[in-house]
Amino acid sequence: MLYAILCYNDEAAVQAWPKAKDDAVIAKRRTVTDRLAEQGRLGPVLRLMNTTTATTLRYGAEPVVIDGPFAETREQLLGLYVIDVASLEEAIEVARGMAGRNGDGGSGAFEIRPLRAFIPDTAQRETMIS
Amino acid sequence: MTADLTWIDTALKSARPQAMAALLRYFRGDLDRAEEAFQEACLRALQSWPDKGPPRDPAAWLIFVGRNSGVDAARRSLKHVALPDDDSLTEDGDVEDDMAERLDGAQYRDDILRLLFICCHPDLPNTQQIALALRIVSGLTVAEIASAFLVSESAMEQRITRAKRRIAEAGAEFATPGAAERGERLGTVTAMLYLLFNEGYAASGGEAHIRAPLCDEAIRLARLLLRLFPAEPEIMGLAALMLLQHARTAARLDAAGQIVLLEDQDRSRWDLDLITEGLALLDKAMRHRQPGLLQVQATIAALHARAAKPEDTDWAQIVQLYAALERMQPSPVIALNRAVAVSKAESPQAALEMIEPLAPALANYFYFFGVKGALLQQLGRNEEARLAFDRAIALARTPAEAAHIRQHLDKLSKTA
Repeated sequence: MLYAILCYNDEAAVQAWPKAKDDAVIAKRRTVTDRLAEQGRLGPVLRLMNTTTATTLRYGAEPVVIDGPFAETREQLLGLYVIDVASLEEAIEVARGMAGRNGDGGSGAFEIRPLRAFIPDTAQRETMIS
Repeated sequence: MTADLTWIDTALKSARPQAMAALLRYFRGDLDRAEEAFQEACLRALQSWPDKGPPRDPAAWLIFVGRNSGVDAARRSLKHVALPDDDSLTEDGDVEDDMAERLDGAQYRDDILRLLFICCHPDLPNTQQIALALRIVSGLTVAEIASAFLVSESAMEQRITRAKRRIAEAGAEFATPGAAERGERLGTVTAMLYLLFNEGYAASGGEAHIRAPLCDEAIRLARLLLRLFPAEPEIMGLAALMLLQHARTAARLDAAGQIVLLEDQDRSRWDLDLITEGLALLDKAMRHRQPGLLQVQATIAALHARAAKPEDTDWAQIVQLYAALERMQPSPVIALNRAVAVSKAESPQAALEMIEPLAPALANYFYFFGVKGALLQQLGRNEEARLAFDRAIALARTPAEAAHIRQHLDKLSKTA
């Protein structure tokens, strides 16, 4: 069974950590993830940029692009895609395509958030920005 | 074994702007009382959080507790003041479940903007604006601010007291600002934050040429502003500009503390995380198609950040962007920067001709003579270059600036 572990914390507080503290947290996490990686049981690891860098495409009757992160509480996180594009504009176009025409009857939101670090698989772990 | 309680410090620090802003509203602009109430709330947090764990919303917790403790203090000190309603006072129990005021985002937003705006009141000189913001919004101690500005603690204490008095006299505006006024306030606040950043980026005096903590604080406040005003392209530009410039910090001085020019910097030492965040924010800002001073400056910084090697720099584009800046805000300093770009994109001769008319306006500006000397040197006019460099040394504000010019002079004597 594949599981995703999603990390939640107070962004402003984490942002205020000195680098040494940030490094220490990553090091602590790696005592767990390194072991999984050795066993070939670690998938992609990614760290998202600050929510201030996020843009949200809300779709439904008419798709709307909103500055900022997804902020509703009545919808839940159901999945995610990692895409490689040249600009935010392109990423928004991809999300528009996914939303389809007028949401094709559905509604929801895509939050588009740049990645700070992405380690696609265990073979490339040495590139990890920690 | 003592538990690690640094998380409380961190939480208090990050909740401070919101909490102070709301308390200031509650105490109708009385900065001293708001500060006292906040201090009191922090003390209670230090007593209560280690056992109970952090509250779900630390800022709301601090506002609630601070408000009530402030009321207590007011009750004790001013007996003649009408007592507040009993329902605004509660026991010390589980405050969180009994929150009197659920603060929504819009409320926070106007509170913080008001707090920042009060700190950069137009009646206050820039130095007082920054000092007050660092004291009130960031919570730095007077001693910390004094050492950042290289004045004695008592002098800084005086400066802050004077600033507070001036604000009290002017009277703070507590009505919710309209759209036009909010825009105006935002402009004042972004300008103040950029001043704060610059004071850290290139110190205006003292031994240290770079004071990274001031830059960090400016970035922290810019991010906060951006969370509150997510759709303002100039705030995106401000944050992007700071991040892109701050990313170069590790490469800007060598091991001996000497200034390393942009073209000589080891670009592998630039902070990639900060650069990518800056670029992402700029990308967002561009979508709005509302160019502003900060966005244009951030675009220039981005062109430097995107160049893997100095010779990859798109100088022609940078010349255009400086020209755009000059159209928005005519200034001899911007003209000087455009001239530097012209020296790369065209020739040192063209740049020298551009800066000559700026001489009267920039007669006391360190960078003017540094640039002039470097241009003359490139043109082989060594004697004139020496004179310009001598003048630059006389105007240097930090030892690093003076040492940097001395290196140029050394090179000149070797070639002479």
